[in-house]
Amino acid sequence: MAYIDPHIHMVSRTTDDYRRMAEAGCVAITEPAFWAGFDRSSPAAFADYFRQLTQVEPRRAATYGIDHYCWLCINPKEAEDPGFAREVISLVPEFLKADNVLGIGEIGLNKNSRNEMIILEEQIELARQHGQMILVHTPHLEDKLKGTRLTMDALANAGIEPGRVLIDHVEEHTVAEVLDRGFWAGMTLYPDSKCTPQRAVDIIECYGNERIWINSAGDWGPSDPLSVPKCHSEMRRRGHAPSLAEKISLHNPVAFLSQSPAFTPPCGVGLPAASA
Amino acid sequence: MPSPSCPLDARKAVDLYFMEHRAKLLDIAAFLDRLDRAAAGATDDVRLRAMRQAIPLLIDGEGDRARRILELFSDHSAEPIPEAHTQAAIGVDPQGGYEAAATPQTT
Ligand SMILES: [Zn+2]
Repeated sequence: MAYIDPHIHMVSRTTDDYRRMAEAGCVAITEPAFWAGFDRSSPAAFADYFRQLTQVEPRRAATYGIDHYCWLCINPKEAEDPGFAREVISLVPEFLKADNVLGIGEIGLNKNSRNEMIILEEQIELARQHGQMILVHTPHLEDKLKGTRLTMDALANAGIEPGRVLIDHVEEHTVAEVLDRGFWAGMTLYPDSKCTPQRAVDIIECYGNERIWINSAGDWGPSDPLSVPKCHSEMRRRGHAPSLAEKISLHNPVAFLSQSPAFTPPCGVGLPAASA
Repeated sequence: MPSPSCPLDARKAVDLYFMEHRAKLLDIAAFLDRLDRAAAGATDDVRLRAMRQAIPLLIDGEGDRARRILELFSDHSAEPIPEAHTQAAIGVDPQGGYEAAATPQTT
């Protein structure tokens, strides 16, 4: 089945992963800017990273017939020093001109600190000024519930239209609030934290299949770039119709991402409104 | 919220998932046994207190167990903290207390 992995960090993955994803049916990916596993020593390192996201990865992906899009920002783990963060933010507008950039992301909070909040608000304002969509990272583990609420409040205070924002890494304790407030929700399939494929299907069964997608968030840590098709096989195993996987991993991502003029639906996928 | 929509009947769900979750239950049991054999000192760890408080939620007869355990493990304060001194999370609220509960708590 053709599918989109809408959140994966291919800078951390091998070319062989691109090949295996293509063989599993992946036709497009979106790659948010994130923490590299260490703090960068200078804003120039971010300029190089943004070039990698806008120039290098699209070429690697194209080799395997995968469309590559990205989101740009400074991530919350490197936002505790506002002066440094602002220097990085000042680099973003120039890169927004690249033709594979969908918006600002993954912005959000990590430890829910005051400085993280300040930089989150400034990046929300950056998105607003440039008419960009937003992809939100929500904090890990015990910090997720609080950080999700603080982030949604900041977006609402800035007057951002929730239908143009995806709140990622939702779990059972945050998904209802995210959807109730009109945002899109992303579930990240990780072996140890966030959602397993089984729990992701449970959440779809309990909270519905509208305004929600799944992603692998494959990166340098414990993660699996093929977790999206593995979640589809969990759906099939339970007896769900194939249309459910298509809705979650093709039609929903296309509906959300098509709000950006930079996005072209893969394989001529339209915008069917029907639920699975 | 849509009504529950798992296409499996309970018997098929047990057939599909029992062995996997039997193994996970034994993992938890063996982990607790391992702690008993470990040198003293770890048993007051906030993570273990939180885990001990979470386990009764599995059998309290209420639904939404995953959501309630995640809420139990969450920081419920509302204001941003003054400063981030670490980038990491530990899995439960470090300020959560998690005193041994006589009866399971729902949130
Ligand atoms: Zn990510």
